[in-house]
Amino acid sequence: MFGPLIVKPINSKGDKTGSWRIQNRPHYLHKDCIACRMCLLICPEGCVHGKEKNAFWADYNFCKGCGVCADICPKKDIAMVSEESKGETKE
Amino acid sequence: MKEFVEGSHAIAEIVKSCQPGVISAYPITPQTHIVEDLAQIVADGKLNAQFVNVESEHSAASVVLGASATGVRVYTATSSQGLFYMQEVVFNIAGMRLPVVMTCANRAVSAPINIWNDQQDSLSLRDAGWFQIYAEDNQEAVDFHLIAYRLAEDKRVMLPVMVCMDGFILTHGMETVDLPEQDKVNKFLPNYKPLYKLDPADPMSMGLLADPDYYMETRFAIQETMRKSIGYLSEISKEFNDVFGRDYKDLLVEEYQLKDAEKVIVAMGSVCGTIKEVVDEQRAKGKKVGLLRIISYRPFPYARVYEALKDIPKVAVLDKAVSLGAYAPVAVEIKSTFYGKKKGPKVISSFVAGLGGRDITLETIHEVFRRLTVKEVNFDFVDLKPELLKEEYGE
Repeated sequence: MFGPLIVKPINSKGDKTGSWRIQNRPHYLHKDCIACRMCLLICPEGCVHGKEKNAFWADYNFCKGCGVCADICPKKDIAMVSEESKGETKE
Repeated sequence: MKEFVEGSHAIAEIVKSCQPGVISAYPITPQTHIVEDLAQIVADGKLNAQFVNVESEHSAASVVLGASATGVRVYTATSSQGLFYMQEVVFNIAGMRLPVVMTCANRAVSAPINIWNDQQDSLSLRDAGWFQIYAEDNQEAVDFHLIAYRLAEDKRVMLPVMVCMDGFILTHGMETVDLPEQDKVNKFLPNYKPLYKLDPADPMSMGLLADPDYYMETRFAIQETMRKSIGYLSEISKEFNDVFGRDYKDLLVEEYQLKDAEKVIVAMGSVCGTIKEVVDEQRAKGKKVGLLRIISYRPFPYARVYEALKDIPKVAVLDKAVSLGAYAPVAVEIKSTFYGKKKGPKVISSFVAGLGGRDITLETIHEVFRRLTVKEVNFDFVDLKPELLKEEYGE
């Protein structure tokens, strides 16, 4: 008899780990974005998507709210907002 | 082919016949000639395997874990402190269901430093999820390695096996051993085909996080496999007898002169040879004594032990190990076998002997039979030197 032994790639993609986020989430302001992709590259979860200026977004299904995207943004175009704040709802 | 060889050398030869692809070991005291000989065999080109020299036993176990996960047959050997240093990985190997075979040359554990024989090292890893089979002589030790690979790689099992042989007494003892011919080994032991393997072409992860939603099932699965494996051991030993012409009954226990016996010793490993000698001697004098040898300690054959001992009035369990602060490791299993059962021995006494290589002589066994009376004793040390014991530290 065997238990759960192996995991194939992408199997864990269904785990919506964004629920671990407890305090803040990044809010993409879409004002001064220059599409430098720094936020996308530094995201430890790989959950930032986008190509064009002012079109980047974080997938809250996986975002843990660590804030490194907001910290590295050279244009300060990402704000960390409280989970309770209005606007985008936690998915 | 029969040869007069050292135990360690015989093990190296049988491991060579099993054709492992990766061997890893850390060759420091307490190690044996097993891996030394295997290193020579690989260097001489007689075995097409990778011999990985590592910087510690932790790494040796990790190497065989990783190699086994890629789907190759692996081997390692260690004992005592080396086994303890492997401990973390030992649990991982079982948890990942990798069919690793390891020889444990049973030796005492520190401190104080002692490299001589007892069984404290492997017995302290009894909960790891490994099979533990204990050999009485070098012929058994050789045969058990073949059976170990066959059992470990069985698709219904997929668990590691520790073949335990008493350090020095067996590993450094010279005996005539019938080393199985290669064609027979090939017949009995087919090439290893893994259920899963690490392969870049078909990526997968093994042994990774299992949160509370998953972990318990992995443990239950091993427990259940262990329980069923008691039957597989009998099955495989029968097949082994057919190919090699041996006479193993079931590889769980050996019953020696148990019919109508009144006093029986239960023991494991090479000491059983000495006990058989005493039993023969006593039987010649008309005394009804016998021996029950435990071969498979994990899984523990409760049903077989019950059948063998249910009509015996007095049982002495002779442990070459202690569980400090509790009943000795074999004694606790024998006692729990009979808890709540209608039939069973009136007395199950527990004796500890031979720790740290203190010789268990014929006289020791006679003493155990003498001390086995209607009064039950527990963890009674035999051959103790009271003059070395002090109540207070210092002056």
